[in-house]
Amino acid sequence: MAVSVDEAVSTGPARDHTPPARRLGGRGRSVLEVALLTVLAVVMLFPVLWMIETSIKENRDVYAIPAKFFDFTVTLDHYKDVFVAPDGTRSALSVSFLNSVVVAGVSTVLATVLGVPAAWAYSRFAVRAKKDQLFFILSTRFMPPVVVVIPIFLMYRQVGLIDNKLGLILIYAAFNVPFTIWMMKGFVDEVPAEYEDAAMLDGYTRLQAFWKFTLPLLVPGIAATAVFALIFSWNEFVFATFLTSSDSVRTAPPAVAGLIGGTTTDWGLVAAASVVFALPVLVFAYLVRKHLIAGVTLGAVRR
Amino acid sequence: MGTVAVHEVCKSFGKVRALDGVTLDVPDGSFFVVLGPSGAGKTTTLRAIAGLEKLDAGSVHLDGRDATGDAPAARDLAMVFQSYALYPRHTVYENIASPLRARRCSSSEIAAAVEQMSSLLHIERLLQRRPAQLSGGEMQRVALARALVRRPRAFLMDEPLTNLDLKLRVEMRTELTRIHRSLGATFIYVTNDQVEALSMADQVAVLKEGKVQQVGTPTEVYERPANQWVAGFVGSPPISLLACHAEGDRLVGAEGWTLPRPRWTTAEDGRALLLGLRAEDLSVEQRGNASLPGELYGLEPLGDRTVVDVRVGTEILKVKARPTVTGTPGERLLVTVDLDRAHLFDAGTGLSLSEAGR
Ligand SMILES: Nc1ncnc2c1ncn2[C@@H]1O[C@H](COP(=O)(O)OP(=O)(O)OP(=O)(O)O)[C@@H](O)[C@H]1O
Ligand SMILES: [Mg+2]
Repeated sequence: MAVSVDEAVSTGPARDHTPPARRLGGRGRSVLEVALLTVLAVVMLFPVLWMIETSIKENRDVYAIPAKFFDFTVTLDHYKDVFVAPDGTRSALSVSFLNSVVVAGVSTVLATVLGVPAAWAYSRFAVRAKKDQLFFILSTRFMPPVVVVIPIFLMYRQVGLIDNKLGLILIYAAFNVPFTIWMMKGFVDEVPAEYEDAAMLDGYTRLQAFWKFTLPLLVPGIAATAVFALIFSWNEFVFATFLTSSDSVRTAPPAVAGLIGGTTTDWGLVAAASVVFALPVLVFAYLVRKHLIAGVTLGAVRR
Repeated sequence: MGTVAVHEVCKSFGKVRALDGVTLDVPDGSFFVVLGPSGAGKTTTLRAIAGLEKLDAGSVHLDGRDATGDAPAARDLAMVFQSYALYPRHTVYENIASPLRARRCSSSEIAAAVEQMSSLLHIERLLQRRPAQLSGGEMQRVALARALVRRPRAFLMDEPLTNLDLKLRVEMRTELTRIHRSLGATFIYVTNDQVEALSMADQVAVLKEGKVQQVGTPTEVYERPANQWVAGFVGSPPISLLACHAEGDRLVGAEGWTLPRPRWTTAEDGRALLLGLRAEDLSVEQRGNASLPGELYGLEPLGDRTVVDVRVGTEILKVKARPTVTGTPGERLLVTVDLDRAHLFDAGTGLSLSEAGR
């Protein structure tokens, strides 16, 4: 995206550059600190490393005891197995990845299209009992999916949305709209309403004023919010497990989980599938990392 | 045509009464100044006229037609915002062009209009910059250009010159007055600077705490302030107010002085009054027809004149004097008063008692 966060949030005459915050401890960082951070890094990163290693090991090496860290034979067979079935057609896993892309993508777009204008309205207009409404909207996120999955399953069965991608898209959008409204309201609050006032005096309608003058300033916020919504939909497991059953509808999380169990588990395949599953979100988050930081610091961005 | 009439407008923000029954009649083509201190409700008044605030009560008429419910775009007004509200992602050129773009003017028309405005306001060099790359004064001129680029029914200007340096401000004052005259358009101009108000206005409305205190020509507001507060707010150095009461044909000060009672006062004996004396109606050079004893308290040389502070009892009188005046603090002196130009106010209500007799 062509906009930098700084550019988008620097709104007015205030151009004071706050001095960069002093790093804690500076150069004299203690040995203890370094040791603790190293331990933490190892603990956090080891599973990831192990997953990547397993995904490129030959099966012999995967099951070797003691485990081989370095001297194993590298192979890409597992990755091939992720995408191609033994009979040479598309594998069920690759279909589930495609399903995940569609479900996560469409539900995120839907949540953004609905949530951003709602956030704008909550920010700009005097809505009756605004605080209560906003709290209610947020409270829908308090409930973990497992709590509501049974009633939703029953409702979906009535309307025929079980084992249907549309069903997943709708439920993910429903979970992401409140989140989008909350996060985007913070961003809209940061944009002075006077731009819209000025635009209306220039002769634009209120909606045109929003569309032409406020929305472009919200792009970083929208990017950050969309990434979070995307990650939620991409990773979601409970609804996906309960509401889908066929390979053609199933998304990646239950599909990957389904590889484990039975008599033997092909750990190489599981690892390769997990890497493929983790990659898109990592790449996407990397691409919009600047906006993500703006997103998690919300109002803390300098004006 | 461009008459603007605001009738009994009320607007509260939570517990704050920003406008409390404001009524203004702005004649077509006038330079109408709304003057008041910070927080008086000046910006809110303009926003009410522009249709940016939903009114609690009252109405706004434009050209005699009730426009209270109209959208801002439908009102055909242009506004300079106190905070400029320049579009941060647009260049200066696009900012100025915005009102014309909204009205679908051709790009050649737009180019011509923007060029004319930018040369008028000396911002030709800045056209390709973004607002963040401008100084406060430059932003203010761009905001002015964006308003002036169109010929709306009326111009609303919210303190458009406050951020300019003195030289540029004086220059722009003259320039705006000239633009006003050449356009013949209605200007509603908000300021907290009484010099600006007095020098530019056809009509001044003095606003305080959401209430209109007085409407009149600059001379009327200066010479015949409706109440003690207006008298104190308009004029520099501020008017001196002395507590006193009438006794027969004399005014007796709380500090013990006496002055002949002005012929025009109607106040009955004993009523608590405030005598308002402007610095230029006082003299330490024996010019007036009556005098007050005091002692020199301090001198404020201002170049073209010196303001002499004279202590009378516990009160300080500001007296305008020649720049050559000298003296040492504590020195006793006599302040002569031009009583024909003095003001009397009821100490309780603050209302002027001077109107009737003059
Ligand atoms: N959006 C708002 N929310 C709450 N209070 C407001 C709002 N706008 C104005 N006020 C209050 O209304 C009163 C009048 O404000 P207004 O902005 O009209 O003053 P002003 O005369 O323009 O002052 P200044 O010269 O400082 O610009 C003030 O007390 C202000 O705090
Ligand atoms: Mg103001």
